[in-house]
Amino acid sequence: MRRSHTLNLGTGLFVVLGFAALTFLTTQTTSHGLSFGSSPHYDLTAKFDNIGDLKVGAPVSMSGVEIGRVVGISFDSKEYKAVVSMRINQRYNQIPTDSDASIYTQGLLGGKFIGLTAGGAETYLKDKDQIDFTQSAFVLENLIGQLLANFAKSGGDSGKSNADAPAGADPKAPEAHKTEAHK
Amino acid sequence: MKAFEELRSSLIESLTGLGSVVRFLLRLIVNSPGALRRYDLILQQIYNSGALSLVIIMLSGLFVGMVLGLQGFQLLQRFGSEEALGTAAAIGLVKELGPVVTALLFAGRAGSALASELGLMRATDQISAMEMMAVDPIGRVCVPRFLGGVITMPLLSAIFCVIGIYGAQLVGVQMMGVDSGSFWSQMRASVGMSDINEGIVKSCIFGVACSLIAVYEGYYATPTAEGVGQATTRTVVTSAVVILFLDYLLTAAFL
Repeated sequence: MRRSHTLNLGTGLFVVLGFAALTFLTTQTTSHGLSFGSSPHYDLTAKFDNIGDLKVGAPVSMSGVEIGRVVGISFDSKEYKAVVSMRINQRYNQIPTDSDASIYTQGLLGGKFIGLTAGGAETYLKDKDQIDFTQSAFVLENLIGQLLANFAKSGGDSGKSNADAPAGADPKAPEAHKTEAHK
Repeated sequence: MKAFEELRSSLIESLTGLGSVVRFLLRLIVNSPGALRRYDLILQQIYNSGALSLVIIMLSGLFVGMVLGLQGFQLLQRFGSEEALGTAAAIGLVKELGPVVTALLFAGRAGSALASELGLMRATDQISAMEMMAVDPIGRVCVPRFLGGVITMPLLSAIFCVIGIYGAQLVGVQMMGVDSGSFWSQMRASVGMSDINEGIVKSCIFGVACSLIAVYEGYYATPTAEGVGQATTRTVVTSAVVILFLDYLLTAAFL
């Protein structure tokens, strides 16, 4: 009797611990608790010129609050644009129709996410609507390319001083370019 | 010519061995529904191979997690992204280290015990005695041990992962000063349900493989003291190789 009691207790403890661990893994280490699979939601789409490395599952946020997730990315071969479909929680159903969607970067080199900025319209976006105003992802390569092009344009003497200056002094360069343009 | 002959006979021998393992697995599966009715036997085995392995699994999980935290921190610090430590530790544990290390420990702790127990039953004619009494030793002795192992493994692996993540957090956050908020939030953002599923499927398959090898080796052990020893050794060695081989296959399949 004593032995069977210990046995049951040990087995029970082990099974409870095991299932507690499984629950912890599925709810605490994943963002599954935040997915809107069961809660009511509606879908929006937006077309971007360039989505950078936006991934399916990336958050959609408004004023920094997560209101949904990216559920699909496809390519529109007529307009040559990326079509991003988003699933927004039904709780946030008062997004003006003239809101705009931009792609931002989390941290310096983090993943991309979509930020919505509310417009001023009286009507709200409904299921299957499209957000018309979009702003593409900030692509680091393009920016560096532009910067280099600027340096090249600003030409002779400033280019020379740039070559002498350490890397940390770079932010000054566009300003120098600006003053030159004013003259 | 002689070498060729040896090669041929060893090939036939290994094929025969594989075939008898598969037949044994089928017999276990066929007998499983009947054994489920004697659930107290299965419960006893869950206690033996699960509850009694808890301490070793938890301790190993803690240390594996702490090592991951230390090594991961050293590596990620070079790129200035210590915050990704949570992600690195969680994915490493859930997808690979959890199932594999748990299975290796299980083979060493529970598998060897199963094999030597069954081998000793064979050596002391307990299994023959059961056959004499018209009790099917497969259903009475092997199936509960097999099922106990199969049920136990995913649970042990989950416990291992959780303790490991806690260990990584202990080193990373408490000792090395990684921000606790970004540790957890980055982990949550990048670990998906598919990663957890991969870990669970792996541990289930390892559970079947480990228990099958242990029960098979024990049941067909040579009924001598030496034979029991050999069966135990073979269980651990075969399990380790099979686990790592299956791990490669499963990882490739999940990619």
